[in-house]
Amino acid sequence: MPEQLAFTIEVFLNGLMAGVLYALVALGFVLIYKASGIFNYAQGVMALFAALTLVGVMEGQVPFAHLINAIFGTEIHHFGWHVPAFAAIFVTMCIMVLFSWLVQRFIFRYLVGQEPIILFMATIGLAYFLEGVGDLMWGSDIKTLDVGLPQGINTWLDETTFNALGYGFFIDNLDIVASLVAALLVAGLVIFAQYTKQGRAMRAVADDHQAALSVGVSLNFIWILVWSLAGFVALVAGIMWGAKSGVQFSLSLIALKALPVLMLGGFTSIPGAIVGGLIIGVGEKLFEFLIGAPYLGGATENWFAYMLALIFLVFRPQGLFGEKIIERV
Amino acid sequence: MLYREAGDFSTTYPQDSQTFPIRFDRYRYYVVLFIAIVVVPFVINDYWVNSLFMPFLIYAIAAIGLNILTGYCGQVSLGTGGFMAVGAYACYKLMTGFPEVSMFIHVLLSGLITAAVGVLFGLPSLRIKGFYLAVATLAAQFFLVWMFNRVSWFYNYSASGQINAPERDTFGILITGPSTEAWATYMFCLIFTIFSAVVARNLTRGSLGRQWMAIRDMDIAAEIIGVNPLKAKLTAFAVSSFFVGISGALFFAVYLGAVEVGEVFGITKSFIVLFMIIIGGLGSIFGSFAGAAFIVMLPVVLKIVGVDWLGWPTDIVAHLNLVIVGLLIVVFLIAEPHGLAQLWRVAKEKLRLWPFPH
Repeated sequence: MPEQLAFTIEVFLNGLMAGVLYALVALGFVLIYKASGIFNYAQGVMALFAALTLVGVMEGQVPFAHLINAIFGTEIHHFGWHVPAFAAIFVTMCIMVLFSWLVQRFIFRYLVGQEPIILFMATIGLAYFLEGVGDLMWGSDIKTLDVGLPQGINTWLDETTFNALGYGFFIDNLDIVASLVAALLVAGLVIFAQYTKQGRAMRAVADDHQAALSVGVSLNFIWILVWSLAGFVALVAGIMWGAKSGVQFSLSLIALKALPVLMLGGFTSIPGAIVGGLIIGVGEKLFEFLIGAPYLGGATENWFAYMLALIFLVFRPQGLFGEKIIERV
Repeated sequence: MLYREAGDFSTTYPQDSQTFPIRFDRYRYYVVLFIAIVVVPFVINDYWVNSLFMPFLIYAIAAIGLNILTGYCGQVSLGTGGFMAVGAYACYKLMTGFPEVSMFIHVLLSGLITAAVGVLFGLPSLRIKGFYLAVATLAAQFFLVWMFNRVSWFYNYSASGQINAPERDTFGILITGPSTEAWATYMFCLIFTIFSAVVARNLTRGSLGRQWMAIRDMDIAAEIIGVNPLKAKLTAFAVSSFFVGISGALFFAVYLGAVEVGEVFGITKSFIVLFMIIIGGLGSIFGSFAGAAFIVMLPVVLKIVGVDWLGWPTDIVAHLNLVIVGLLIVVFLIAEPHGLAQLWRVAKEKLRLWPFPH
């Protein structure tokens, strides 16, 4: 059944592309977790917030316009200018760095040495806070994000595969761009971590906080750096997801999808995040196509990733690439 | 002067190990019970029951359930919404399948069914710990909600995919359906809340509760001193899911009456209940009540202040609600990681020494 096979290959490729996007979010988790042991639930909301801010800056929206209007009875909505995409991305990045500093200064400085689960819950609180602030600042309506990325079906691939196999593959241009960006991002992060002074300090902190402190690495600075990097990753993820499906609340839910990705790949491994993302992306698309839609009534994508991670964890609790968990009394 | 152990002599062992060793506490407890049972039902109306009392009572049961699992046994669960859905759907199937049986039996049975499902999803906890377990419980959350959406047997093949509570009574008093009395639904929920609180409180004081706490504090050490982790973890999952299932059944049958599973028992519900026990206090039954009261009251108060007094649009107030809840959680974790219950404990300590603090 070559037709069926061609379908399956197409689903496989689309799954890979979706996996890349999951991996993008998972990457932000891994960065923060490695450096500070904080499992940052707010990563998805950070992506949402970054995308909202980007749209807001580009469109020249007045921040907190609704709130100001409600309090003072004014009618302001827009500054009336349009900012080019690159400048807006730069401004958004500055805001994300500021956000990292605030988070470090006002939250996690006071929680140093607390149990991981307390830190995790603090990030859940942070996620709610950030979501509320994002909505208050820019409004909660669905926005379209257009930073000039190509969209729509890739005609070249469609024609080539049609000529070769008699069936044209439908691959979105945006997904291809997203994969390229993700590859660049990972390469950039690896180079940064391996070859720059700050990157080395970051790895030192990840390895051992106290040892890093004792050789003169500033923990505070590194943590702000790491949160900023995670903010940058969130911005990239926000742009990609935002361009794909609009900037809306559901964007923050991809953070939940990134969790099983991390489980599979291991919390502490950057390649693990990528591989995990690809496995989950391909797995859930193939499962939906081959088993879910024909036999189970569809929409299995909602839970497949978690079930896969659950079953996987029972056999290998530290994930594919994670460090072995050793517990002592 | 009021709050002393002095002069309160126990002459028997049961007296010595009672829940409230201080006389004032005991009387306070009876007064609260008296007001809740005898006074409140005569003065409440539909508005107060629906916006405040019922959600508070039902969420308190769910919070007690989650607190047993997370606060006492240390197993973080993000699947509360899914387990509440199990309770709701079990109750629905029982209500439509056996219309003549009393609602009490239905709700208790739904709790038992949920307990069985909880044990099933608790099995991985023997291998997986911490965050990993939290994510594993997400599997329960999403899978259960999906299942109730897709398998039409659960909603009796109705076209809308919703479940609607038919009119059912207990001892001849109408409990569910559109034409119920405010006091009847209130009393029905109250009975289950008191039942849950008493059972939970006594379980956590006993051998089982100590085993849970040993597992929470360090599971390997607990295993070495002879706590069976299999038994302790699975009982925690069972008891916790039992209460969560009861609250889900009440939430559907008595409070809402009609449920669309993805909306009502989604992941947000899991987080809300988790917030209740964080703000209220992990590992405290009183904390479950305090947290539930807090989270239920906050939107109501904000709505009164924001919408009715200041005249702001409702969406802004809803967003402010998010901001405040998020902020409060962070503040609580920084200032008082043990929640409102700890504040209460500190206040009681102060009161015992008052007016001579040295």
